[in-house]
Amino acid sequence: MRPSRGAPYLLSAPALAFFAFMVLLPLALTALLSFQRFSYESGVQPGFTSGAYATVLGDPWYWGIFARTGWVALLATAICVLVGVPEAYILSRMRAPWRSVFLLVILAPLLVSVVVRAFGWSLVLGPAGFVNQALEAVGIGAVRMLYTPVAVVVALVHVMLPFMVIPVWTSLQKLDPMVENAALSLGASRLTVLRRVVLPQVLPGVLSGGLIVFALSASAFAIPGLLGGRRLKMVATLIYDQYLQELNWPLGAAIALALLVVNLVILLGTQTLVESTWRKRMGA
Amino acid sequence: MRNGPFAIGFHALVVAFMMAPLVVVCLVAFTPADTLSVPWGQWSLRWFRAVFEHADLMSSFRNSLFVAGFAASGSVLFAVPAALAIARYDFPGRHALNGLLMSPLIVPHLVLGVAMLRLFALLGARGSTLWLTLAHVVVVTPYALRLMLAALAGSDPSIEQAARSLGAGRWTVFRRITLPLVLPGVTGGWLLGFINSFDEVTMSIFITSPRTVTLPVRMYMLATESIDPMMAAVSALIVALTAVVMLVLDRLYGLDRVLVGQQG
Repeated sequence: MRPSRGAPYLLSAPALAFFAFMVLLPLALTALLSFQRFSYESGVQPGFTSGAYATVLGDPWYWGIFARTGWVALLATAICVLVGVPEAYILSRMRAPWRSVFLLVILAPLLVSVVVRAFGWSLVLGPAGFVNQALEAVGIGAVRMLYTPVAVVVALVHVMLPFMVIPVWTSLQKLDPMVENAALSLGASRLTVLRRVVLPQVLPGVLSGGLIVFALSASAFAIPGLLGGRRLKMVATLIYDQYLQELNWPLGAAIALALLVVNLVILLGTQTLVESTWRKRMGA
Repeated sequence: MRNGPFAIGFHALVVAFMMAPLVVVCLVAFTPADTLSVPWGQWSLRWFRAVFEHADLMSSFRNSLFVAGFAASGSVLFAVPAALAIARYDFPGRHALNGLLMSPLIVPHLVLGVAMLRLFALLGARGSTLWLTLAHVVVVTPYALRLMLAALAGSDPSIEQAARSLGAGRWTVFRRITLPLVLPGVTGGWLLGFINSFDEVTMSIFITSPRTVTLPVRMYMLATESIDPMMAAVSALIVALTAVVMLVLDRLYGLDRVLVGQQG
């Protein structure tokens, strides 16, 4: 790498200026907005107050929405771990053409619009959908799934599973198959090899995947908006309502900022912590 | 090592789960009926015709193509020089710069949406296609930057130094050596940016006006009002368009590299 002079600053100046104006400035303006006075009659007022935060923290209705968002995201994350980790392991043990074919099959839905995927799930889970047709055929009868947390969790798992498979897959690629073979030849059972050899090595991948899935699930908007309906509020749809229906921008800004802080803490803080403890424990 | 029958069964269920909503959408799109049902035996293109005769959907489709095309191009223009600075030079603030340019992957699009809404409201730019496109540039720049950085890491800087020492100017080195070497990364980044901008709904829903509504936002609004097979037909068309982009990406750059590197 060449030493620094003017060149790198000159090269990065356009992107830096653009991002400062389009990311940092709007976020700062939003932080400011969350402290501004507001009345439903005349909108945003001059003068500052922490009223929006007091409203949110003092009202159990908001706490209910935060709690629901938390457990829905946690449930989606748990299912992604339980499905994504074994699936990544199975993929890594497949042979040549199938391995990349099925990796693409699992990951390709990432590139399809989330609105299309949510709509697809509303067809599958709807009152006359395929799951309900199957349930009626076996005599259980139709079950309401659309506009309940079930539909939201199922669709979230569908959208987030690739984010779980990718980091686990990446750490499995680094794993030396000879170590597994050595453990087997020394008399370890298949289960012991999985538990004592494979799992400890992919655990950092599982953790970073889980954190990404949780953070993305907690801030997901289109899935709860389309599959949760109006009654099943989550944090993202709550912010949307405050901005575009109630027009109470300071309150929306306060909740959005809280969501941003939670996301940054999870994704930056915890991840650095996890990585540094892991490096120490692995002795690298 | 081989997978046992239990593992194969588990894998088949996961694949079925991942494919189910997309396959169902594509089948329902061909229904001749007025309700959302899978056509058995009888197929019809009537709902595709309904899409092309739906003026709002078509104008949103044009908006999306325009915004995605310009946003992907804009992101490449910012990402190429920035990636050169990050990959080829060591300078104070290098990590901070990288972090800032990658931040749209970490900041929820919802938060970006309300932040942009505030900025545009203060600028009097709500409903402007130009500012909507600039917001999309922000969202897709990380993809272009990531692919550029990977391409630069895979090319040997000593080739550039050799050209320099043989008397080529900086611009000549970039045009004749660096750019051809990283061109797959640039085109891959453009395509990935295009498809991500084309799909973006969460930020856009805050900053589009009735005139500038993009296709995913229009679909979101239609889906919250009523759902008919026309929605399935639009979705099937989007799946087809995505598949085409994926094929081109695979040919140009390798889809597994794009997707595994896409982790955010």
